[in-house]
Amino acid sequence: MRKGETIAKYIFLVCAVVAILAVFSITGYMIYKGTPALGSVGVTELLFGTEWAPTAKDPSYGIFYIILTSIVGTAAALLIGVPIGVLTAVFIAEVAPKPLAAVVQPAVELLAAIPSVIYGLLGKMILNPLMYKLELLIFADSTTHKYTGGANLLSAILVLAIMTLPTIINITTSSIKAVPASMKSASLAVGATRIQTIFKVIIPAAKSGIMTGVVLGVGRALGEAMAINMVAGGAVNIPLPFNSVRFLTTQVVSEMAYSSGVHRQVLFTVGLVLFVFIMIINLLLAKLKKKGEVEA
Amino acid sequence: MKNRIKKLLTIAAACGLTVAMMGCGDTSTDSNADQKNSQAESQATDDNSSDANITGKVTMAGSTSMEKLCGALQETFMAKYPGITVTAEFTGSGAGLESLAAGSVDIGNASRALKDEEKANGSVENIVAIDGIAVVVDTANTVTDLTTEQLANIYTGTITNWSEVGGADQNIVVVGREAGSGTRGAFEELLEIEDACAYAQELDSTGGVLASVAATPGAIGYVSLDVVDSTVTAVSLNGVAATEENIIAGNYVLSRPFVMATMGEISQQSEAVQKFFEFIQSDEGKEVIKAVGLIIPE
Repeated sequence: MRKGETIAKYIFLVCAVVAILAVFSITGYMIYKGTPALGSVGVTELLFGTEWAPTAKDPSYGIFYIILTSIVGTAAALLIGVPIGVLTAVFIAEVAPKPLAAVVQPAVELLAAIPSVIYGLLGKMILNPLMYKLELLIFADSTTHKYTGGANLLSAILVLAIMTLPTIINITTSSIKAVPASMKSASLAVGATRIQTIFKVIIPAAKSGIMTGVVLGVGRALGEAMAINMVAGGAVNIPLPFNSVRFLTTQVVSEMAYSSGVHRQVLFTVGLVLFVFIMIINLLLAKLKKKGEVEA
Repeated sequence: MKNRIKKLLTIAAACGLTVAMMGCGDTSTDSNADQKNSQAESQATDDNSSDANITGKVTMAGSTSMEKLCGALQETFMAKYPGITVTAEFTGSGAGLESLAAGSVDIGNASRALKDEEKANGSVENIVAIDGIAVVVDTANTVTDLTTEQLANIYTGTITNWSEVGGADQNIVVVGREAGSGTRGAFEELLEIEDACAYAQELDSTGGVLASVAATPGAIGYVSLDVVDSTVTAVSLNGVAATEENIIAGNYVLSRPFVMATMGEISQQSEAVQKFFEFIQSDEGKEVIKAVGLIIPE
């Protein structure tokens, strides 16, 4: 018995060490590989430059539009994903009759399990042609618009919004379910309607859980590469809805293969920028969780 | 108690399995490599028992566009002749030919024909392969021919509607490859529109370009000649269709030779270098060249 305990302890220790080693080595490596370009290209020129022409005779490595695209794209996806996600969670946890909830919830979980390449494929085959039709309608009179064939920021935002839904819905549902029944009963007892109870009592009480879901959704949207690489067009442009755009993730994915020299170094810097963003998201998450614990 | 031990065992087994799998990954590649080697060795002994005994070095430098070709040739050649080491640097066509002239490498790689002044110092142009690029549009497009000027104008954004080049009143969606792609480099270089292109879509694979052009009405894209299929239409340029024959005959604009230049004729080179060229011209070598999507010169 004693021996078993000791062995188990060491097995756990080894597993934990693997994870910790991975985190530290990845962080170290990203900084090691990502910082040289900041020096050779120049911090301002790299981070705030707007022209991306890495293979030109006189190359420029401005990734500002790429950073902006990731921020705008993620924010817009959340703007669509959060209301839908939270309301769906309310539906599952509070409104839907039990049999219906029993269908909706597994469906949402299935949504989370679909590989991102499938989202990309459907986006390319269904969403892009639709977007192209919309683009032709909207810009029918424009003489300056650069037609993208539907592969644009808007397509990417829609795909990202759908991809963040399961994260938001699942976490929000469980945090709504965790609101004590006594609070709900009290609210109903003083004469509040069911909808009033949901919006004035339950959602505020589940706030920190919902925020956690949102932040995790941000992380998912920010880190997604495969799906949006297929629908976003991939030319580096200012992030307007009907522009072909490139995200931080897709930038690395699409150009790593044939890059060399400074171009490659800059791609590592792009990775580092993404890494820093994700770190910020995680710190935010840790803070939220702590706050949630204090409240509870 | 029994349960606990069971759990413990499961965990241990899982850990063990992971390690074993990781190990497996390694060993399988190892054994693959071994297999390849032994295959190559047996082949070598079949072909010519002395092949494996030739030792030497082949150094080359030059065109970045030829990286894929050189990599493939290096791999298969060195498997067949384990005694010969082939090293390649990708410094650009001009730099490669300079290294050749300076005598620091055996072969200077260039993805263009040699200039007269480069030939003047004794460099000999050995064309090993030809790279062809097809311009493709969606199958519903009525435009079947473009001039090089029209094509350049489409890609730089001067022409934005198919009606300007004799097609329907339809917007042009300009599809291309990502920065760093060899196909993009060659396309822009041959049309002399380097870094002047206004792309609507920059995709990171040939397949992506094909799929996008096939699915988008009014799209135009460029891909390696060998991958063109029935989902898209290849347009002719200046009235010349994108076919292997036209490219070999030198009539089709979007093609370029891949040259492995040597100082003096091949017969004057070291035994290792001669073997390398012999390999390139063998059926096995031709297979390698075709496998990376290139055309065999006559």
